[in-house]
Amino acid sequence: MQKLLTGNAFVFGNNVDTDQIYPGRFVEFTDVEDVAKYAMFGADPEFTCNVKKGDFIVAGSNFGCGSSREHAAITLKAVGVGAIIAESFARIFYRNAINLGLPVLVCPLISKLVTSGATVQVDLLSGEICDETGKIAQAEPMSEYTLHILESGGIKSLIKKQMELNMEERTSWL
Amino acid sequence: MHAIEKLLAKKAGLTSVKAGEIINCEVDMAGINDLYLQTIRSFYEMGGVKVHDPSRVIMFLDHYAPASTILQAQNQKQFREFCWDQGIDLLMDIDQGVCHQVLVDKGLSYPGEIVVITDSHTTTHGAFGAFGTGVGATDLAIILVTGKLWFRVPEIIKINFEGKLPKGVYAKDAILHAIGELGADYAVYKAVEFGGSMLEHLSISERMALCNMSTEMGAKTSYIQPDAITMAFLKERVARPYEIYHTDADFHYADEVTFDVHHLKPQLAAPSSVDNVYDLGQFIGRHIDQAYLGSCTGGRAEDIGIAARILKGKKVASRTRFVIVPASKGVLLESMEKGYVQTLVEAGATFVTPGCAACLGTHEGMLASGETCITTTNRNFPGRMGDTKAEIFLGSPAAVAAAALMGEIVDPTLYM
Ligand code: SF4
Repeated sequence: MQKLLTGNAFVFGNNVDTDQIYPGRFVEFTDVEDVAKYAMFGADPEFTCNVKKGDFIVAGSNFGCGSSREHAAITLKAVGVGAIIAESFARIFYRNAINLGLPVLVCPLISKLVTSGATVQVDLLSGEICDETGKIAQAEPMSEYTLHILESGGIKSLIKKQMELNMEERTSWL
Repeated sequence: MHAIEKLLAKKAGLTSVKAGEIINCEVDMAGINDLYLQTIRSFYEMGGVKVHDPSRVIMFLDHYAPASTILQAQNQKQFREFCWDQGIDLLMDIDQGVCHQVLVDKGLSYPGEIVVITDSHTTTHGAFGAFGTGVGATDLAIILVTGKLWFRVPEIIKINFEGKLPKGVYAKDAILHAIGELGADYAVYKAVEFGGSMLEHLSISERMALCNMSTEMGAKTSYIQPDAITMAFLKERVARPYEIYHTDADFHYADEVTFDVHHLKPQLAAPSSVDNVYDLGQFIGRHIDQAYLGSCTGGRAEDIGIAARILKGKKVASRTRFVIVPASKGVLLESMEKGYVQTLVEAGATFVTPGCAACLGTHEGMLASGETCITTTNRNFPGRMGDTKAEIFLGSPAAVAAAALMGEIVDPTLYM
């Protein structure tokens, strides 16, 4: 996992719900290539044309509230969002993002400190957020558990590894 | 400890737990709905071969029941095949209805249970003293593989409603009022317990509406201490043994708030957020294009009964549509038996197959741009039920039925 990320910020407000991140009428699409076409479609239909790999989403409080659809996290990861920095996250979205290996950082006041289009640098380990003038904000460091999932490339590869280990134990015992 | 903490500790094999701790719990029932094909994908991507315990897995084909596009039909086909391959007998096909109501109808929601569904409104099961919470597809796939899931033990908030609701005012009004006062992010990551004397007068149906809506203040789970009303309801439905936990007298809530509902007026959440709540009186006269009664929040037999009483022998207003979606097959059967369906169809209502229908804006009752809808559902984000330029008001079943009758927002207490 890359620990020091640089990209442009796309800034959104409070309570950005999963319908804005990924509208309900597209939930029937299940292939990543299709899901990627509608990232942030409900909030900014131009988003997918403008976002570049490694860019950040910056938002106010309760980002990702609403439904449990994993599409919301999948679509942001698929278009290359490097990390999401918000004042707070809705619980299910937060879990979904971590599970996919998409870094999410909680940082007070961040939506007021960064303007859309600004280039920022984010240190995932320390939570330090900088722009060209230097440090502008300090996000809460992620928990060990969360970092462990991210470093494993998401929960799926983590569980897969665990299962293979269990399997080895079982066969060596046999 | 709180009852929720005792429940979590038991399922994690621990003697005690405290807020903030991360624990790994046995899951009693894991539910997948038809929006989440990713669950099956994630299961195989993790190297899953056989589901850990198929008897603890339930599949719901509810959001797209019945399929309205080829893609939806193909997704549902894959779900069915997965159930057949894996020996999952609890396949709730398109005739059954919305997951939360189906679980209750089947006697699978009970005190002390951990129930996890790929649906944010799984908080509904707190009405029975269960720990219900929603997760995404991959988390659910972890349960399929391991039978367990990790949880952070939540802080617990208590919301008390004191007093008896006036005639024509419902639990939906009370919870909308609370969300309006507290905000859509008030309970993020937290568990919400509902208490207070209002509950003594609330049916299970209305208690479910309360717990269901706790999701709209961000709650991870909700809880109502099982009492005589709960037990009377469960007696006919749940045969299995279950455990009721009680909160210790010295337990400290992270926050406690009380609302007096004695004089509460009918409430509406106005466009476009669920915490944008006002007295309904402020919107009287507002034209309604579609009145919608349905969902896991407000589509039970009791809700349909309220509408039937308001519309008996009358007609839905000429420039208004009244769409009714029973939450489940059980609800539909009860509504037929009690004559509600006959009354409402004669009055000009349109009945839709039990399921989620237009609640999530994919089919069966979508809104056009510029239209206004009043609904018993739980979300009014732009585009939630159709075009992003449609306006959605959330209210009680009585508010919706009275608006269907008059073609505009009216005070439902005058039509009871
Ligand atoms: S009825 Fe609406 S809120 Fe309930 S599960 Fe279905 S889509 Fe979700």
